[in-house]
Amino acid sequence: MVILKTQNLTKRFGGLTAVNRVTLEIEKGKITSIIGPNGAGKTTFFNLLTGFYKPDEGRIFFKDEDITPLPVHKIIRRGISRSFQVLQLFENFTVMENVWIGVQAAKGYGKELFSSSELQDVREKTEEMIKKIGLSDKMNTLIKYLSHGERRMIDVIISLTSNPELLLLDEPMAGLASEERVRMSNFIKNLSENLTIIVVEHDMDVVFSISDKIAVMHQGELIAVGSPEEIRQNEQVQQAYLGEAR
Amino acid sequence: MPTQKKSLKISMHPLIPFFIIFAVLPYIPFLGEYLSLWIEVMIWVIFAISFNILLGYTGLPSFGQGAFFGIGAYGAAITFLRLVKGVWIPIIVGIIVATAAAAFVGLFVCRKRGIYFALITIAFSQMFFFIAFRWDEVTGGETGLSGIDRLSIGIPRLFSIDLAPLLNYYYFVFVFLVICTLLIWRIVHSPFGRVLRAIKENEVRAKYAGYNTSLYKWVAFMISGIFAGAAGALYTLLINSAFSFVLHWTQSGDVVMMTILGGGLVNFFGPAVGAVIFITLRDMLSAYLRQWLLVYGLIFTLVVLFMRGGILGIFSKRRR
Repeated sequence: MVILKTQNLTKRFGGLTAVNRVTLEIEKGKITSIIGPNGAGKTTFFNLLTGFYKPDEGRIFFKDEDITPLPVHKIIRRGISRSFQVLQLFENFTVMENVWIGVQAAKGYGKELFSSSELQDVREKTEEMIKKIGLSDKMNTLIKYLSHGERRMIDVIISLTSNPELLLLDEPMAGLASEERVRMSNFIKNLSENLTIIVVEHDMDVVFSISDKIAVMHQGELIAVGSPEEIRQNEQVQQAYLGEAR
Repeated sequence: MPTQKKSLKISMHPLIPFFIIFAVLPYIPFLGEYLSLWIEVMIWVIFAISFNILLGYTGLPSFGQGAFFGIGAYGAAITFLRLVKGVWIPIIVGIIVATAAAAFVGLFVCRKRGIYFALITIAFSQMFFFIAFRWDEVTGGETGLSGIDRLSIGIPRLFSIDLAPLLNYYYFVFVFLVICTLLIWRIVHSPFGRVLRAIKENEVRAKYAGYNTSLYKWVAFMISGIFAGAAGALYTLLINSAFSFVLHWTQSGDVVMMTILGGGLVNFFGPAVGAVIFITLRDMLSAYLRQWLLVYGLIFTLVVLFMRGGILGIFSKRRR
């Protein structure tokens, strides 16, 4: 079943066409990787899918509904979420507060927003999520004092607070040490049991080991989509991307 | 245990000493004689603390906040002179008009941040200033409006308090100070306030957490306008008049400076400390030194350069 579909998605910045007529279908429950050299338009593609940029042409369908005109927060509430290549955290907040903000948003409060007492259900959910990634002992540490690997984990966890059906991970391995990479890729694999994931990643070992499907972008265009095996064989892909890496 | 910590905190709620200081101030020898000064201080404390919802908590540099103070002042004055000779109705109308103006301006600024936000708020406040300055028939133009007397409040045949004596008006404003401060405290320490702080920290991430950040910013802007309007209306009753200076851009500048000076970026009471320093320096120093602003400016510069976090920044290692 197709959960997300783009049709002729195009985004231009001045003379540069960052994303050029990308038509792609994402299957539910699978891990799809998007690879391509720097500047291929992968992050812009994520920004389009989540409403941060509006496309110049083309449409985006999520669960058969047209979400193209929706603002970011509405797309998040529909069930798409993302993590960030350049970490986007609340730097002067503790670990707890970082996750809390996401959990509170997902609960969608009305008048309780102005209550003086703590929202007990938010606290419990927040603690549970932090426990899941083994950072319970650092709950009250300011996030800026955490290691890069821990911070990246929090970035991913915040994007899970909105209970997404589709999760976009933007270079989740970037800057991680080798043992952290193993942990992160296991974490992603576990996640994929319950949700659909699109990963932008440069680490080819990870990409080929976790992906069900790989899409290759080059200069804003989608040049190939297929199973890891098909992509490995594809000559155009080898020329455009894999070739220069090997 | 976090629960134990919490009960400790409640036993010494920081608002209590704050209120006690202002409650006993008129009876402190020497200081108590400057009643009108302290009333003005309390009015500015309300204004500055509410302004800090924007600057300190949401990270929105509103450089035109004086507009809502001024609109509150004019709203109360015009209501008193043209509609109802009273106390409550002019104040309430002043608050409503200021809130409506903030809601209107908020529509234009709530999608902006940083310098664009600042510039648009300045532009609007200048616009309101010139309207007040030129619209003679309604605002009295250059001369302004006068003759706004402080009448009595109370319940007919039961009791009545004459607000004309300064001491009575002091406690009238004090009640406002208590109510406004409690409300603002509640707002910034609520789940809503937490979202505002998240917007200050990282608006992009707040959006991606699922918040309609523009809406939150708009509501924060409007809330801030409510209290600015209240402060303005109380100011009109204090000086028995309203003139275009209350809308002048320097009013907006003063509130920014006192908030930063006192430590509003790190402490709830920072703006209050800044307001006390500013108003007392202005009134006491200016009696001896015409260039008192030079001294104030020097203090401000030194604080900004060497005490990041302002005066109250010394006491708080961690924010708030």
